[in-house]
Amino acid sequence: MSLMSILFIVFFYLAVSLCLVGVTLKVIQYASTPVPLKIPTAPAPLTKLGVILRMTREVLLFSSLFRASKWTWLFGWLFHWALVLLFIRHLPYFWPGETPELLRQAEPLKYAAFPLIFGLSGLLVRRFFVDRVRYISSPSDYLLLLLLIAIAVTGALMTFAHFYPDMGMVYSFTEGLITLDWSELPSEGVFMAHIFMVFILIAIFPISKMLHAPGVFFSPTLNQTDDARKKRHISSWAQEKEKNSKGG
Amino acid sequence: MAKFDIPKLETYLKTPALKSDAMSGDGPFKANADMQKSLGFPGEKVDNWQQVAIEKMGETISKYRSIPVFLDACVKCGACTDKCHYFLGTGDPKNMPVARQDLFRSVYRRHFTFAGKHFPKLVGAKELDEDMLDDWYNYFHQCSECRRCSVYCPYGIDTAEITMAAREVMNVIGVGQKYCNQILGKVKKIGNNLGMPEPALRDTLLDLEKEIEEDTGVVVKLPLDREGADILLITPSADFFAEPHIDGLIGYAKVFHQSGASWTLSSYASEGANFGMFIGNYDIMREGALRIRKAALDLGVKRIIVGECGHAWRVAYSFWNTLTGIGGGASDEYALQLQNQLDQNYPQPQHIIEYTYDLIEKGQLTFDKTKNDHRTVTFHDSCNVARGSNMGGIENGQFILPREVIKAVCNHFVDMAENTIKASTFCCGGGGGLLADDLLELRVKGAFPRMQALKQSEEKSGVNTLAALCAICKSQFTKVLPFYDFDPFMVVSVHQLVSEALVLSEDHSQEEVELYNDASTAE
Repeated sequence: MSLMSILFIVFFYLAVSLCLVGVTLKVIQYASTPVPLKIPTAPAPLTKLGVILRMTREVLLFSSLFRASKWTWLFGWLFHWALVLLFIRHLPYFWPGETPELLRQAEPLKYAAFPLIFGLSGLLVRRFFVDRVRYISSPSDYLLLLLLIAIAVTGALMTFAHFYPDMGMVYSFTEGLITLDWSELPSEGVFMAHIFMVFILIAIFPISKMLHAPGVFFSPTLNQTDDARKKRHISSWAQEKEKNSKGG
Repeated sequence: MAKFDIPKLETYLKTPALKSDAMSGDGPFKANADMQKSLGFPGEKVDNWQQVAIEKMGETISKYRSIPVFLDACVKCGACTDKCHYFLGTGDPKNMPVARQDLFRSVYRRHFTFAGKHFPKLVGAKELDEDMLDDWYNYFHQCSECRRCSVYCPYGIDTAEITMAAREVMNVIGVGQKYCNQILGKVKKIGNNLGMPEPALRDTLLDLEKEIEEDTGVVVKLPLDREGADILLITPSADFFAEPHIDGLIGYAKVFHQSGASWTLSSYASEGANFGMFIGNYDIMREGALRIRKAALDLGVKRIIVGECGHAWRVAYSFWNTLTGIGGGASDEYALQLQNQLDQNYPQPQHIIEYTYDLIEKGQLTFDKTKNDHRTVTFHDSCNVARGSNMGGIENGQFILPREVIKAVCNHFVDMAENTIKASTFCCGGGGGLLADDLLELRVKGAFPRMQALKQSEEKSGVNTLAALCAICKSQFTKVLPFYDFDPFMVVSVHQLVSEALVLSEDHSQEEVELYNDASTAE
């Protein structure tokens, strides 16, 4: 096996491990940090079911963002959903053995590459040309968008622009990563660039703003039920204070 | 009149271009050593302040989940950038919610994240140096903790939480704000924000009783420290002396009178406001709430009702049960005693609007709406009520109930533009501990979006009355309305409108007088 293949294989496991360990640690941190007060924000749901519906609207439709800015919503929503569709589209590459029928139907999802590139470009243009958004942007904010665009463009080149890699080699390489039956890395530059950037994306997930993905579920303003008068909410450290308290 | 430019009211609200450092400066007056020490904070900036501040940040991050989640999750999408009234009124980029958070976030990144420790430039991580601290002090006192940004953020990031955390860190290193900390000292010592002692309060209430009798010919009592009363009214102390607040207090008294309720105010807990929230200090906020619990226990009341005060209602509705176990579920001795004592047929606590609304629903109040016919009323949703509480236990009740009460007593009611009311309401510009004279420029500019919406309603529907149910809103509007060529007297309490239209009867007053006389003789 070539040195390059070995490097890529090692880098894949490294990236995935960093991501899993990092995200797990972050989730543990969020979950174990107390929420001392009830701070749901308007429009606050009064029941658990209401919270589930609110969260669903936020996560699937980006409803708050829609209220805030239609353009950002359009670009952001297209980009995220395209990413989901393209993730599904990529599953056959990693499916060990026979690809299930349903996943084979996923082929047309490749067209999601276009809304993906459109959405990301829109966000980049906005970040650069809207003075308010430019003001709040750090180099990492641009770089992350550029990284995603580069991943999308290299992917699209391989799918739509005749930069086809050797698909047999691709399948055995990607499947091999899952089944631990490693094979040679396809040698096309576009392919190598594509997966290398994906590995970077995976690796930096837990140390970047991509933490918004787990974070949104832990956001107390969004996930709390507005029932403070009915049900007592108290955190562990606040409970401690009660033990030695008098009547005020 | 003013030493600064007053934003011009246009036909619609425009997002300003960035004006860097438009509001740079030293921030509000700082608390002196006595004020700081009375709250248990260092009297002056401690020598190793950076170290203490970073340690305090670490503690906050480990005690409040909102802080690490909000600091990590922001993707800098810009959704909040045009939502803050202080940004819209000043154009200072550091008044964009995300930029304000970034003052805190950049230090968090530098000290608490991998990327910020190793690649600070890449991710905008910064050291907490003198310049940064100055920016913290200045710009975290340009946030009224109104939470409007949180409504638009896809992750619900609430800048108020960050502002509170930052103010707490600053207090702990000995850099506190005069306005908030001085007031908190007074509550601690005397029981209300004004530092008004019991005899002065008693006199004020007697004067009010006389005034009502002269106006209406009916004896309406405002009892103080009456043991065994059913209802304890907790209201902001501004209701005792400030205009137009005091007419709201008269309104509550008339409603209680008319419903035949036995009620009382407390001289020990004569303050509904709780500035402990503004400075993000759990213990001080809890102390304020415990004062009220003690008053309720000592007076033996069955219900606690909160007057018109925005953040008081947020603290009461959302936090009291946590802080004092008022609603049920607490296990310490005093909380249990309170739970047994309070009438659990009612939500505890209740807002005066809920109380009046219930009476209206039951048809127990008679109104002569024509008394308010000279008014075309609009309603300013106060930020803490709108985005930090509920009324009536129904979805969006905090928007519905006050409007229903107003409509029950006024023939002419119109709402301001939809994106400036309810969940999207604009802060009056003086909330969150910023109602200080030394922040006048900020207050005038921060009121700009609300003034804009008001102007529109004035031109379109002839609005001449602005009803509010928050002491800070009322004071702030009275002060800033003239800067925008409005009549400062157009601000009224919701219960002033109730008061003016309510038809009083003598029926209950006799019983009330007797009760009152009994109580007086007993003393």
